[in-house]
Amino acid sequence: MQALSELIDQAASEIDAATDLAALDAVRVSYLGKKGALTARLKTLGQLPADERSSAGQEINQAKQVVQGQLNARREALEEAALAAKLAADAVDVSLPGRGNSIGGRHPVSRAQSRIERIFTNAGFGVRSGPEIEDDFHNFTALNIPENHPARAMHDTFYFPGGNLLRTHTSPVQIRSIVKEGVPIRIIAPGRVYRCDSDQTHTPMFHQVEGLVIDENISFANLKAILHQFVEAFFERKAELRFRPSYFPFTEPSAEVDVSWGEGKWLEILGCGMVHPNVLESAGVDPEKYTGYAFGIGIERLAMLRYNVSDLRTFFENDLRFLRQFR
Amino acid sequence: MKIAESWLREWVNPDLDTEALSHQLTMLGHEVDGVEYAGAGIADVLIAEVAEVSKHPDADKLSLCKVNDGSGELVDVVCGAPNVFQGMKTPFAKPGVTLPNGMTLRKAKIRGVVSNGMLCSAIELGLGDESDGIMSLPQEAEVGSALVDLLKLPDAIIDLDLTPNRGDCFSVLGIARDVSALTGAALRDASVAAVDASIADQQPVELVDPEGCPRFAGRVIRGIDRQAESPVWMTERLRRAGLRAISPVVDITNYVMLELGQPLHAYDFSRLQGAIRPRLAKPGEKLTLLDEKEVDLNEDTLIITDDSGPIGIAGIMGGLSTAVNDNTTDVFFEAAFWPQDFMAGRARRYGMHTDASMRFERGVDPAGQARAIDRATHLLLEIAGGDAGPLTDEIAAEHLPTRSEILLRRDRLTRLLGLEIDDSEVARILTRLTMKVETVAQGWSVLAPSHRFDIAIEADLIEEVARIHGYDSIPEITAFSQAPLETVTESKVDIEQAAAMLIARDYQEVVTYSFIETEANTAFTGSESELVLSNPISSEMSVMRASLWPGMVAAAAANNARQQDRVRLFEASKSFHGKLGAHTEVVRIAGLSTGPVNPEQWGSSTEGVDFFDIKSDVTALLALSSRDDEISFVASEHPALQPGQSAEIRRDGEVIGVIGKLHPKLAKRYDMKRAVYLFELDAAKTLASRAPSAASISKFPAIRRDIAVIVDDTVSADELVSAVAESSDGLIQDVRIFDIYKGAGIEAGRKSVAIGLILQETSRTLTDVDADLAMAAAVKKLEDKFAAVLRD
Repeated sequence: MQALSELIDQAASEIDAATDLAALDAVRVSYLGKKGALTARLKTLGQLPADERSSAGQEINQAKQVVQGQLNARREALEEAALAAKLAADAVDVSLPGRGNSIGGRHPVSRAQSRIERIFTNAGFGVRSGPEIEDDFHNFTALNIPENHPARAMHDTFYFPGGNLLRTHTSPVQIRSIVKEGVPIRIIAPGRVYRCDSDQTHTPMFHQVEGLVIDENISFANLKAILHQFVEAFFERKAELRFRPSYFPFTEPSAEVDVSWGEGKWLEILGCGMVHPNVLESAGVDPEKYTGYAFGIGIERLAMLRYNVSDLRTFFENDLRFLRQFR
Repeated sequence: MKIAESWLREWVNPDLDTEALSHQLTMLGHEVDGVEYAGAGIADVLIAEVAEVSKHPDADKLSLCKVNDGSGELVDVVCGAPNVFQGMKTPFAKPGVTLPNGMTLRKAKIRGVVSNGMLCSAIELGLGDESDGIMSLPQEAEVGSALVDLLKLPDAIIDLDLTPNRGDCFSVLGIARDVSALTGAALRDASVAAVDASIADQQPVELVDPEGCPRFAGRVIRGIDRQAESPVWMTERLRRAGLRAISPVVDITNYVMLELGQPLHAYDFSRLQGAIRPRLAKPGEKLTLLDEKEVDLNEDTLIITDDSGPIGIAGIMGGLSTAVNDNTTDVFFEAAFWPQDFMAGRARRYGMHTDASMRFERGVDPAGQARAIDRATHLLLEIAGGDAGPLTDEIAAEHLPTRSEILLRRDRLTRLLGLEIDDSEVARILTRLTMKVETVAQGWSVLAPSHRFDIAIEADLIEEVARIHGYDSIPEITAFSQAPLETVTESKVDIEQAAAMLIARDYQEVVTYSFIETEANTAFTGSESELVLSNPISSEMSVMRASLWPGMVAAAAANNARQQDRVRLFEASKSFHGKLGAHTEVVRIAGLSTGPVNPEQWGSSTEGVDFFDIKSDVTALLALSSRDDEISFVASEHPALQPGQSAEIRRDGEVIGVIGKLHPKLAKRYDMKRAVYLFELDAAKTLASRAPSAASISKFPAIRRDIAVIVDDTVSADELVSAVAESSDGLIQDVRIFDIYKGAGIEAGRKSVAIGLILQETSRTLTDVDADLAMAAAVKKLEDKFAAVLRD
């Protein structure tokens, strides 16, 4: 009969030679199965003298444990290899793009408008809107621009038969909001405005944000503060502002505001002033008790500066290749 | 307005260089649009005389000139200008001189003849934009001297963007006054010595409409030299202000207007008939103007008449019949005061805009007429001789504007500006602005000068003080407002959130015009717009859109044409409806999708979008409001959409939008490459929401039961789902359609629909008996309502 040690060696070499789980199982069966070589040895114990049985049995059991240990180790190795092979087959090219839709984007003018709204709402301003088809009273007369006023000629107004018009600025919302809500008031009013003008630097439709604050002690100093803070918040940098005397019929004093743009350059970005007493009166507010400031910002102007857009007209061409840059 | 720096400095000469002066003007509220340097780089150009002129032997258009440049020898120069003549004084650039256009002159052969330099035109010297040849200089110009000395060059031309409230600044005097007030530099005395009359001739003037013309000054000057020419100093100043020299009489009217701000008109005295009477035009009156155009006069227009009828439109343009010309020897100058109310908008109505009308519309000093006449008379006598008659100065004092004292309160000034300014500084500023200032208990009582009609109320004075004191000196102070907190409502979903949702679903926002082509509007809405602009910028932008689709489809088509096949757009903006006066403006959210469902990619098909792709986007949008259970899609017809693929979107029965496939006829009209799907929603109704109210979640398991029924094709999924949902009380949590089958085994015109029922109770575990009963009720309901047949 073969020595037990030889049998163990033989089993070891067969275990090593098994390259898959099926082969390994065959090895297990051939040694440890019901008819396996080691199982057969246990069956032969009965033929041994009684005093040898115990030690021989121990030996065989030890041999079985050795083989079982080797089988287990081999199984684990083979299982790992099999898993590794399976995972390797499952590998993907991670550089391929993700499946499904991409995302769209905001129009740069809306994007700028939305930021302006957020900045002012953070400062406690409400957001209001008003009609785009306006009447002469709200667009002009109530804003201290009577008929035949030279400022009207500067507005290039679109008219409808009968005297209605497309608002030339967002300022009419001032009047409508004060009349509706009363004072104190602290609002902005963004929206579309229209002027009968079309060339390289003018489109017949564009966007403005009106700002209006009326309270008992509002001063030009307050106006300077809010606009300076706004400009720095919008451009996310320190900026110098220059307030220049100017003229708007609905504010007194009035100013145009320039922002420093490097190299001693100043760029005009908005108009503002202290609400004219006539405007307060036409909206039913006592100008002795209340004072206020108002400002008007061209959104396209700010969007052009912020997003480095050089031609105003591209905002309204809706070319996807242009628009996709703003998402 | 353009103004030569040298001229301004003659009136006020602050210790500032050109750049600093420009800055100060801007900070005064007279924005400097630009500064142009006239006569830079021509220091080496000399004045020469053309001694001899002969024809070039080989070129018809060239002349051979012998030029005296003061060097003692005559120089040969070839000249191509048609206006060269013997004895002409003209600018001359010798070889070696570089002109402003960068050209360096060399001795050169021109068609075989040597030319030693060039006789120069205004364009070549950077002194003008037009020329009729080489510059003709006055005979008294000194040969061999520098051109820049004669023309007082170089000079800066300052272009000012004046605001419409400051009519008083449309002159050298006006600007000088403001500069003087700011800098304290002395202002030249603007008074003009009266002219002694040497003849008695006077033009009678009758103020028949003293309200329309409260002041009319004038003077007759007879026997002027018809050959006289305007001096170079004058024509150069006019040119730098953008005006061409014409004749001494006309040039003087322009010069005085630029200098003092009072527009003047010159008549040929010999052509005036009887008294001048300024009045409003009468119906049917016509007038031929200086520019030879005949106009029908409006009854609201002030005109000047004599016995022959209308001879000029007041403050806008004179008539042809009494105009001065080359033969005029006797002149009548007019300087009138036309009130703003009578001038506003009038020139525009005649399609005109003149230097005079611009000034009168903004307001002219009612005290400046006689001075202007005296100034013009002095100049004319000096330049063209003649004899001056006595001054005519008709005044209807009761109709001239009057100024009243305005109270400027110290505390109001401080309160409005947020800055305390010393009393003495306030008084000093106002005084420098030539206002009469009296100190009173509350502050100051101020009387503005006659030329400052923009000063009417206290706020105007506060602006003046702030303007001169400097806006820069006002501090920045953050205001604490008493205005109440804004609410953040849950009654509607923020439109920003809707935009974010669409962007996440690959829609690109566009901004299209609110006004569109009338045919497009009609084609997309099925009705003609009643909101038509009177003065559209073009026919493509003539009516207010009643839908966002026409602009959006046009934008998609333009992108298609630029090789963008997959286009998904949205816009959130207004549409306009109804008849003017009863019209409404509605914010809408519209979307468009065309081309492949997904961007081209590996492992995904390139099939095009269909109804259910865009419907899922709309459903997602509606789900934002957390009221999507109230929504139904109901098949309907729409003029822009393909029948059978078009639906109304309703919330609790109310139509809140439309969805569907663009009608192939319209798609073809826009040359769309693939099918186009569209939606348009009323934003307010779509985004109406409410704060959620929590219900308890069932702890007991749900049971699912599936049924399949055969119904007519015309029965909609919505109808089936709501019928099932209503079939038993409170038990059915959800109803899902998970399959639809048509074809073999199902008769034509019918379909099999598989429906899943999710059953659940909050208080107990459901039994099979409960589920069976619920299913039976559902089937019964479907049988009753739709003649549904249960499929096994």
